[in-house]
Amino acid sequence: MKMPLAPVDRVLRWALVGLCVLVFIFLLVPVLAVIPLSFNAGSFLTYPMTGFSTRWYTDFFTSPRWLPSLWNSLFIGSIATAIATILGTAAALGLDRLGGVAKQALNALFLMPVVVPVVVIGSSLYASFAALGLTASYPGLILAHALLGAPFVVITVAATLSGFDRRLLSAAMSLGATPWQAFRRVTLPLILPGVVSGGVFAFATSFDEIVVTLFLAGPQQRTLPLQMFDGVREQISPTITAAATLLFLVSLLLVAVIEWLRRRGERLQASAPAE
Amino acid sequence: MRQPMSRFLRPRFSAWLLVLPLFLFSAATFVVPIVMMLARSVQDPELSRAFPQTAAALALWDGRDLPPASSIDTFIAELRDARGTEGLSFAANRLNSEISGFRSMLLRTARSLPRDRQDDPVAALARIDARWGERSTWAAMRRASGPFTDGFLLAALDRQRNDDGAVVRVAEERAVFVTVLLRTLWISTLVTVFCLLLGYPVAYLLASMPGRIANPLLVLVLIPFWTSVLVRTTAWVVLLQRDGMVNGLLQRLGLIEQPLTLIYNRTGVLIAMVHVLLPLMVLPLYSVMKGIGRAPMLAAMSLGARPFEAFLRVYLPQSVAGIGAGCLLVFISALGYYVTPELAGGGGDQMISYFIAFYTNRTTNWGLAGALSLILLVVTGLLYVAYARLSRGPRAPA
Amino acid sequence: MIWSLAKRALTVLALGALLAPGDAAARDLTVVGWGGSSQAAQRRVYYEPFTAQTRVPIQEDSWSGGLGVLRTRVQAGNVTWDVVQVEADELQIGCDEGLYERIDWAAMGGRDSFMREAVSDCGVGAVAWSVGLAYDGARLREGPTSWADFWNLQRFPGQRTLRRGPKYTLEIALMSDGVPASEVYNLLRTPAGVDRAFRRLDQIKPNIVWWTAGAQPGQLLASGEVVMAAAYTSRMFAARRDDNRDLRVVWNGSIFAVDHWVVLRGSSNRDNAMRFIQFATRPENQSRFPALSFQGVTNLQAALPSDAGVAASLPTQPDNLRVAMPLDVEFWVDNIEELTQRFNAWAAR
Repeated sequence: MKMPLAPVDRVLRWALVGLCVLVFIFLLVPVLAVIPLSFNAGSFLTYPMTGFSTRWYTDFFTSPRWLPSLWNSLFIGSIATAIATILGTAAALGLDRLGGVAKQALNALFLMPVVVPVVVIGSSLYASFAALGLTASYPGLILAHALLGAPFVVITVAATLSGFDRRLLSAAMSLGATPWQAFRRVTLPLILPGVVSGGVFAFATSFDEIVVTLFLAGPQQRTLPLQMFDGVREQISPTITAAATLLFLVSLLLVAVIEWLRRRGERLQASAPAE
Repeated sequence: MRQPMSRFLRPRFSAWLLVLPLFLFSAATFVVPIVMMLARSVQDPELSRAFPQTAAALALWDGRDLPPASSIDTFIAELRDARGTEGLSFAANRLNSEISGFRSMLLRTARSLPRDRQDDPVAALARIDARWGERSTWAAMRRASGPFTDGFLLAALDRQRNDDGAVVRVAEERAVFVTVLLRTLWISTLVTVFCLLLGYPVAYLLASMPGRIANPLLVLVLIPFWTSVLVRTTAWVVLLQRDGMVNGLLQRLGLIEQPLTLIYNRTGVLIAMVHVLLPLMVLPLYSVMKGIGRAPMLAAMSLGARPFEAFLRVYLPQSVAGIGAGCLLVFISALGYYVTPELAGGGGDQMISYFIAFYTNRTTNWGLAGALSLILLVVTGLLYVAYARLSRGPRAPA
Repeated sequence: MIWSLAKRALTVLALGALLAPGDAAARDLTVVGWGGSSQAAQRRVYYEPFTAQTRVPIQEDSWSGGLGVLRTRVQAGNVTWDVVQVEADELQIGCDEGLYERIDWAAMGGRDSFMREAVSDCGVGAVAWSVGLAYDGARLREGPTSWADFWNLQRFPGQRTLRRGPKYTLEIALMSDGVPASEVYNLLRTPAGVDRAFRRLDQIKPNIVWWTAGAQPGQLLASGEVVMAAAYTSRMFAARRDDNRDLRVVWNGSIFAVDHWVVLRGSSNRDNAMRFIQFATRPENQSRFPALSFQGVTNLQAALPSDAGVAASLPTQPDNLRVAMPLDVEFWVDNIEELTQRFNAWAAR
């Protein structure tokens, strides 16, 4: 089936492959080069490494600056995720039953925080929250992170709902289930993968967020990214590479969860009876 | 008759009820704050709040010579009352953005006001500071007397109103925002072009491969996509340092003798931003190219076209939608970048976002921050509409 | 299982809502320094002993100056900082604008206990510091000796770092251009002098990396990113001690000034804030500071460091003071706004 290629075309083909290899190296090198450095025994951020050591991780987990920032990130992230997930799921369920202009307008509104440049959101929230005494407070930061996370929940839940067979609900109702029971027993289990992956997206958004946090966080609310941001500007210590590696591993874990949920969802849909 | 009616109504009602919490939440934490911020770009409340009668009197002044003595009397009286209040410091702040140095002049004047009513109020003020005898001082106050102004929007374009109310360019050494706007567009354009040059071949190769090879490679594209921008920028700062890995490698290979300056300048910003945004180019291209498939190329080649020719004449035109979507996505994202230029760039590499942040929390000029936000939002919004059209394009009837 | 999860999420949510407002009401006393080694030293001799003695916990933050930052906080009603270490011009302008609480000098031990520069209505002198020419002795065998060398791109190729702002930068530019220290401010008071300083900066603009936080120059020197820096001298000596770096300081042409403790107006911790300032300016506490931070102190009764090496590296050491230029506070009070605007526009181009 393969056609013989002229030498010129073969060169082009190999140039293409070569270029792509370089691009992949470009994409992965920063991440892959920094992880080993975090295990360097010496304090220089360059190769060759002088030995293997976990001292920078020890430093991370014992430092009075890094560890509290990790707890802050986890605390703010989980509450913001809870809010985003509850509000986002409810909204996606509601949107699914609406139609027309209202649906389109609301959908656009709910997805807007992803499109609007974060710096605009950050500076607007700073100005508004300052008047309400919400800057440099946990509630302020949690509300902002929930705002940034909610669109992802709306998107993922809406996606699972689009494959949802409404007749199941009617069936449940006709068997005497109250709407609430029908929701708990029928709807929720089916949309759960969407809810969870939306929540994971929301958590990842909060966990990585830096711009809005720069505006809103006070000294007590320093998150891990904020601590890293200051570190890069003031003192690029190897502890930063340890923090970066940890952040990277969390991201990787979250991708894995989402990918697993997606595959599971595909399998479920594939095994569902055809219409 | 009752039963079906309630069935018809209830789902709609419950749907609204479900949507309501997020609607209220978005309104409170998103729509209202942003609208208020944008509104600040045309509002000018400080002066009319601190000196309401003076503001009203100045609005009636014809702008020639000096305001009538009665208006200046009013001003002195109101300034006396405003001493030590918050309103005065807000007004001083606002006037300082009209004329640098106005803040200290106003505050000093407020402290050293004469006790009694003066026969010649202008002379009394001018004894405290000679600038009170100048027309431009009062013209600046008139410009700031609100309640609305176009001053911030003009300032965001390096324009201002002169004492006669005509729009003129600001002094050369003060002009900065047009440069910054053009730079923001230019950096975004360069990043988009580099992303396209690097991303197109990768998407093409991935789309032409069987799934069992393409999928793992796609994960390699997704991993950096999922890693936080901050982690990736940090990594580049570490790698591109003078003693960093990239310079070390180039030196060991004998390509350079002296280490190159790769960070805290435009090079660093471009490398880091292209890296961060490249996946946004590859993903839409890949999905469009998957849709094209191998068939058109094979058909063209079976008709005698050489592979490269077939690519140029058949494949490339079909992938234009993907190119457009990818480019717009990268460009829109690049426009609002803040952290990467801040960490990897120098003074001359900061984009518009930097200045929005600067005027929000490093100097209190929320009017200017609002005006710059408005410009950024309008450009982003227009491009996003184009993007939405384009990515919906093939499906929508033309 | 789902419901137990959801219930737990709701509990956490309610808990957070309960915790948070209490949190806001009882905000810890927040002390704001300039980060890095200087703040580390303050932590050891001021923050921690203060908390140990008074049981008042201290929350730290750091900043890099700029009156706008304080103005924004006070005017927006967003006073989440209590005690702030400010520069001399920020002290005076802010005091005129009513950004700070007044100092009760009787409680501080009287005005006469302090050096003249440390006394004002709104602040108490905290540290005496210098900014000077610094380089890494391990990288430059024959180092620079004056600001003129800072501009010598032939002899010292590479990047240099200066503070992002007009203060010290314009002075340094003029000194590098052969203007004697005694003439610098006279010249800067004329438009031609300011133009000359900016023109001088233009000559090395592509070779300048700007720093904002005081800890950055040491970092940039140590990583080899720059060959020379206009840096806080104290940080260089701290890096010598802590990181074994051969960072060196040229005292000739260094600029000397005093920073002050102030309390932001509207601070909800006003009394504790004043107590902290009183604690941190007591002679017995200030005596311990120079040996740790390589900065001078302001209380005249504070003992001088016994270590000769430390004493020689202090900005307040007479030999160092003799070749240094004092920061002209009056000049910056009058011109900081205008020149900052011009500088920002210039740097952004």
